[in-house]
Amino acid sequence: MTSIAATQTAAGTQPVTGLKAQLRRAERLKKIKAMLLVAPLALFLIIAFVLPISSMLWRSIDNTEVSQVMPQTATLIQQWDGSGLPDEAVFAAFAAELRDSRSGGGLGRIGRRLNYEDPTFRSLLTRTLRGLPASTELSWTEELISIDPRWNDTATWQAIQRTAPLTTDRYLLASLDLERNAEGQIVKVAENQQLYIQVFKRTLIIAGGVTLICLFLGFPLAYLLATLPTSTSNLLLICVLLPFWTSLLVRTAAWIVLLQSGGLVNAGLMWTGLIDSPIQLVFNRIGVFFAMVHVLLPFMILPLYSVMKGVSPSYQRAAVSLGAHPFAAFWQVYVPQTLSGIAAGTILVFIMALGYYITPALVGGPSDQMVSYYVAYYTNTTNNWGMAAALGALLLIVTLLLYMVYHKLVNQKQLVRS
Amino acid sequence: MKLKNNTAKHLLTGGLLSAGLVLAGNAQALTVISFGGASGDAMQEAYYTPFAQKAGITLTPGDYNGEFARIRAMVETGNVSWDVVEVESPELARGCFEGLFEPIDWELLGIQDDLIPAAIHECGVGTFVWSTVLAYDADRLSRAPESWADFWNVEEFPGKRGLRRGAKYTLEFALMADGVAADDVYDVLATAEGVDRAFAKLDELQPHIQWWEAGAQPPQWLVAGDVVMSSAYNGRIAAAQEEGRNLEINWTGSLYDLDYWAIVQGSSHVETAYDFIRFSSQPDTQAQYSSRIPYGPVNPAAIAELSEKQAARMPTADANLEGAIAVNTDFWVDYGEELEQRFNAWASQ
Repeated sequence: MTSIAATQTAAGTQPVTGLKAQLRRAERLKKIKAMLLVAPLALFLIIAFVLPISSMLWRSIDNTEVSQVMPQTATLIQQWDGSGLPDEAVFAAFAAELRDSRSGGGLGRIGRRLNYEDPTFRSLLTRTLRGLPASTELSWTEELISIDPRWNDTATWQAIQRTAPLTTDRYLLASLDLERNAEGQIVKVAENQQLYIQVFKRTLIIAGGVTLICLFLGFPLAYLLATLPTSTSNLLLICVLLPFWTSLLVRTAAWIVLLQSGGLVNAGLMWTGLIDSPIQLVFNRIGVFFAMVHVLLPFMILPLYSVMKGVSPSYQRAAVSLGAHPFAAFWQVYVPQTLSGIAAGTILVFIMALGYYITPALVGGPSDQMVSYYVAYYTNTTNNWGMAAALGALLLIVTLLLYMVYHKLVNQKQLVRS
Repeated sequence: MKLKNNTAKHLLTGGLLSAGLVLAGNAQALTVISFGGASGDAMQEAYYTPFAQKAGITLTPGDYNGEFARIRAMVETGNVSWDVVEVESPELARGCFEGLFEPIDWELLGIQDDLIPAAIHECGVGTFVWSTVLAYDADRLSRAPESWADFWNVEEFPGKRGLRRGAKYTLEFALMADGVAADDVYDVLATAEGVDRAFAKLDELQPHIQWWEAGAQPPQWLVAGDVVMSSAYNGRIAAAQEEGRNLEINWTGSLYDLDYWAIVQGSSHVETAYDFIRFSSQPDTQAQYSSRIPYGPVNPAAIAELSEKQAARMPTADANLEGAIAVNTDFWVDYGEELEQRFNAWASQ
């Protein structure tokens, strides 16, 4: 009561601004309420989406292993001009920090990082640690060189120098089959190490192929579903959805059983006399297409079906009654109305196919593995998270670029209208 | 209900009390961690129970999935509750490098001469051996293949071959097929020419290879007739043989690897741990273990105590060890990534 009275007096003395203030306050309150309602979702998105992705992107350029475990060495060696040997201060700092790195798991981290520069670094560090005295009468330069002559090598110290800055472009370059040579220029890697450009191309080709096949198979089926009486179409729809309720692994394994040399498909074909010896249907590209199309087909059918359900058949009938050829009526009148469904279905299937990993790993050969296979390989098998993050980041960029192009190509108005 | 609750309470108190006792009298206790499963069960019967009885101590068994981070966390916080841990060879190499395991004093342990050389490691003692071998379906081949050169011989043995999708094992086999002596394989593979040579040899066989990813695939393919020969893990083939399949193994040029016992750095029961390792490396206990699961004993004397049929399946039987080599883990830890990338680039062509 008192507060209302107070506002009334305030409004009385300054009528216009008082009302405005009230309005503003009411609006602010509304905004806060709205924000509070959205807050859990926003928080969830930040925690589950923005943070992991940014930390992953950071890992693709992260180079902090050596500078964290050996801060003094990292600072000192960056001042070195890269010719001859670094001065005694670097040697001394390195010896001291190498000794301390055994505690806290630091040694493992720098060992792994330095091994990317040179595969023999880990054993060099082991040998050096074993021979390292607590103090020395000689200089640390002489001491280290007496333990292993490789410390007398400019290349050894250049490798450490490359690992000293906080960021590196080596993982991103490696994901594009590029590297820096000794002079720091960007060059192609040796031909027998070139892999990822091809893998990216292959990923796009497989995802595009799967999307096209899904569209060609899914469109007629969705059309059938949309035009049949409800009771029949519901039954068919359940058949479409059934694979959703089966584990991906089970479905993939079932394809292997069906398609292998002694499998049902080959046995059936041989029984009918169409072929004399089993044909290779699995562990190659054919198997990948079979299994992926099967898994992804519902994602094409469902958006198509929902759009087609809303298309009135009278337009097409009108076109025919006005003299259009039935195909022309279908192509020029019906298909454009389903464009938003086609757009949604293709983009959904394409983007899901881009990230496919377990299906190609199980039913594909070594030349059918997609980018995410290598992401998983680097994450789980070799623990090289820099490479995994770089490949993932590039895949993300490629996907976003394609999505933007696609957005331009598909008529925006078509999407809005339906 | 009330009675049940009371019983549960008593059990709980009893459990807590005995746990407390174990902690208090920890000089007479030992915690041994393995990978569990069938192998863990065999260890329980062959090693844990008899050792606890004989030494009069409390042995607390446990299992894990090879989570390296847990061991690291224990060592770093100084709160070491595990004493002896079963580790695979790449983890042993890494852990030894990072100082997570106690270096083994082999003179104190005193069993160096009883074990196969590969069981002896700076930071670990091998406990069993498994092997990657050449397996084939004896019903489908005119004669038994005798070497990896025969594996490459597609004229005499037509049909597909299974190999593991990856550089590890595959490159070693290719070099042996090209005539490199088993003992020289890693020396050759450490040179650029040796790697080129291995890939050139793989080029010859490429159209005939079906690559496997999981260990269960080779026996399945062999039985289904998809491939006539395959590289395979010996334990998987032994399991298929138990099921009555006529699968055979050629042991020449097989690659064996070990699981090791390692003592966690900072364990307060190092002496008991040594006793345990010594106990579990004896011929009779090793034979007890290997008779329950087809992993080979590291102590060759154990073979004599197995049945003839069991002994023939062990990677460490004399006849099977001939021409076999140990996987060089240090080599693969250092060069693995580079070679795997080259393998992937090669296989993509």
